[in-house]
Amino acid sequence: MSEMDDMDEGSGIIKKFMFLNRKAPHGTVYALEGLEVVLITAAFDQDVSMVFTDDGVYQLIKGVDTKGIEVKDFSKTYRALDGYDIEKLYVDQKSMDARGLTEEDLIVDVTVLSVDEMANLMAEQDIVISF
Amino acid sequence: MPMVDIAGKEYEVDEEGYLIDLSQWNEDVGKFMAVEEKVEMTDGHWEVVNFLREYYAEYQIAPAVRVLTKAIGKKLGADKGNNKYLYELFPYGPAKQACKIAGLPKPTGCI
Repeated sequence: MSEMDDMDEGSGIIKKFMFLNRKAPHGTVYALEGLEVVLITAAFDQDVSMVFTDDGVYQLIKGVDTKGIEVKDFSKTYRALDGYDIEKLYVDQKSMDARGLTEEDLIVDVTVLSVDEMANLMAEQDIVISF
Repeated sequence: MPMVDIAGKEYEVDEEGYLIDLSQWNEDVGKFMAVEEKVEMTDGHWEVVNFLREYYAEYQIAPAVRVLTKAIGKKLGADKGNNKYLYELFPYGPAKQACKIAGLPKPTGCI
C-alpha cells in the first residue's frame, strides 16, 4: 500500500503515456504483457494512448480462434479498455494497408493515422513504451 | 500447485487459493471459497459473483475494483454500484474476494 500512497502524493501530475504495440498477438508474450501494463496504468489516472503498428495491428483483429494453438484469446479484452477509460486507440494506416485490413476488420473503434500524424502524436508524449 | 477437496472432487488452486481452471467452477466451489474468505453468501453476494463471471466471459479479464463498481452501477443500479455496498458484501476487497469466489484469477492491477 505504500506505493499507492506515494502515487497519491503526486496525484496532481498526469503524464501522457503512449503504449506502442508492434508485434503479432501470439508467439511472443509482448502483446499480452503490454495489455496488462496498460490496464495497470489505467488505475493511476494517467493520459494513456495505445498505438498499433506493424504486426501489432493483428492484435485487434476480429474473429480470432486460438483453440488450435492452445493459448488464451485475449482479443476480447481490448473491448474492456473503454470501461478502464482508455479510449485513445490509434492504428497506423500504412500497417493496415500492407496487411489488407480496414477498420471493419477490427474488434474495437480506432482512429487511423497517417505516418505524419503518428509522428506528431508521438512527439506530444511524455513517455513512450514499446512492446 | 496445491489441491483442495471440494464435495469429493479435487481442484487445483494457486498459492493464494484462487482456482486455476475456471471452467471447473460450480456453486460448490464458490461456497467453499466463500467459507475460506469468511463471507456468508446472500443473494446480493451471488449477484456480484455472477456478474463477475459474465464480465470475464465477455472480456477475458477480472475487472479492477473501480471498473467493477462502475459496471455494476450500470447494470444493477447506483445503489449497488458503489464502494460502500460492495465493501459491505466483501470487506477485504470486492474485486479480490468476489473474484476468488467466482473462480476467476486475481484482477490485473489489483493492489
